[in-house]
Amino acid sequence: MISMINRLIFSFLFSVLFSFLACASETTSVPHIASDTAAKATEPVSSVDATHSKGFDPVGMIMHHIADANEFHILGHTTLPLPVIVYNKDKKEWFTCMSSAFHAHHGEGTVEVNGYKMENSRVHPTDGSHIIDFSITKNVFTMLMALTLLFIAFFSVRKAYATRENQAPSGFQSIMEPLIQFIAHDVARENIGKNYMKFTPFLVCVFFFILINNLIGLIPIFPGSANVSGNISFTLVLGTISFILINVFAKRDYWIHTFAMPGVPKALLLILTPIEILGLFIKPASLILRLFGNITGGHIAVMSIASVVFILGNVGKSVGGSMLGGAVAVPLLIFVNAMELFVAFLQAYVFTLLTSIFIGIAQEEHTHH
Amino acid sequence: MILLFDPMSLITPDLGFTFWTFLAFVIFWIIAGKFAVKPIVSSIEARNQKIEDELLSAQKARLEFEALKSQNDDLLKEAREERHRLLVEAKQDADNFRSTELAKAKEDAARLLDQAKNEIENQKRAAISEVKKEVGAISISIAEKLVREKLTDNASQQSLVTKLVNESLSSN
Repeated sequence: MISMINRLIFSFLFSVLFSFLACASETTSVPHIASDTAAKATEPVSSVDATHSKGFDPVGMIMHHIADANEFHILGHTTLPLPVIVYNKDKKEWFTCMSSAFHAHHGEGTVEVNGYKMENSRVHPTDGSHIIDFSITKNVFTMLMALTLLFIAFFSVRKAYATRENQAPSGFQSIMEPLIQFIAHDVARENIGKNYMKFTPFLVCVFFFILINNLIGLIPIFPGSANVSGNISFTLVLGTISFILINVFAKRDYWIHTFAMPGVPKALLLILTPIEILGLFIKPASLILRLFGNITGGHIAVMSIASVVFILGNVGKSVGGSMLGGAVAVPLLIFVNAMELFVAFLQAYVFTLLTSIFIGIAQEEHTHH
Repeated sequence: MILLFDPMSLITPDLGFTFWTFLAFVIFWIIAGKFAVKPIVSSIEARNQKIEDELLSAQKARLEFEALKSQNDDLLKEAREERHRLLVEAKQDADNFRSTELAKAKEDAARLLDQAKNEIENQKRAAISEVKKEVGAISISIAEKLVREKLTDNASQQSLVTKLVNESLSSN
């Protein structure tokens, strides 16, 4: 037992030490290392840009992973085609096709379809006109899958409560119950007070919506890996809905405290009121940026550590380097992934908790004036 | 190094994905919130309330039972004391009864003894008076005989008296 712990500590320290070395060497050794193996390993990038097809570009690879895409890359040359739905604002017309239409039937590269081209896995107009991309992208696909899973989960649990009325929870129900009860009672009721049932459905839904997308993003292979909850659009929508809920249902006291804080000299209000008004927007903005930063940061950390294998391995040329990279990256990856699993829960919880606190502040009714 | 992706694209909201996220979340919120979350939370609360109520009533029942039990114990104790008291009393009674009966029996025995003694005495007395009467009668009959016979001399008188006395004694 003790020797096992010792070994774990040693391997951890070893990994940390070498990750520093890897970081130090990254700046010098990364650019333009040529190899066929690397071309295979970084297929999404190499298929896009011919000039980079022979080199390993960790930043490009990571950015490509973080960003949304009009197709879902699975493994090697296998890609899941997704529907492309584009509205051209300049031409005022819709364009739809499958993303696979952009791929050449033979060989590498992409082709132009109807004045649109596929670049970095995104659809762009060739004439530079402005478009809105309503496509079922990688993120939308993942989110709809998450939505399906959520509906199945919630309604199976709902059914369990109907059939097992007043009985102890069983099976999947007993996983969901502590979470739902925690959000409803320890988050919503604790912070909002007597009105909590008005906001509980939103808080429970937002918690699970963030959580499941966080968790799916942690799965490194096909149905997972998309950076949905780390996308700024995603967090923007949830943050905006929170902002609306906080302010639309706010009580009179909240507005009094915002515009004319009682017990504060008039002159001071000149400073305080603008700050309070800014605060109205800063609160949801902090929610939006926190979730975005944490989840995107997690994805970047995981991808960076995975890149260590290719960087140290001289992109497949050096077997010893690859092995060293693997020895460094694998334990670190396991560690970071475990931490990300915790972060997935934590960020879903933090978003829900802060929203409920803000709602609670807006719902508070003061009796002293 | 040429960046393939514009870093600004990371923090620029995409209208299409914003639309899909809004649609997906609002649908989930409306449907699951109304038809799953609310019923689930209310059934959890109803169950919690029920459990609480039942715990309270169980506690009440236990208290009642304990009160009843202590009452029972008191009753039992009282009954035991009563029994003890009764036993002691009964023993005392029995002892008393025995001693009085014994005394009475002794008294009776003594009385009977006295009676018997008295009877014996009376009988003795009666017998003695009978003997006395008999002796008197004998003496009278002897005297009669003596008177009847001609008493000539003193010697013959003496022998006669002796003879008569012996006769009367032996006949008696």
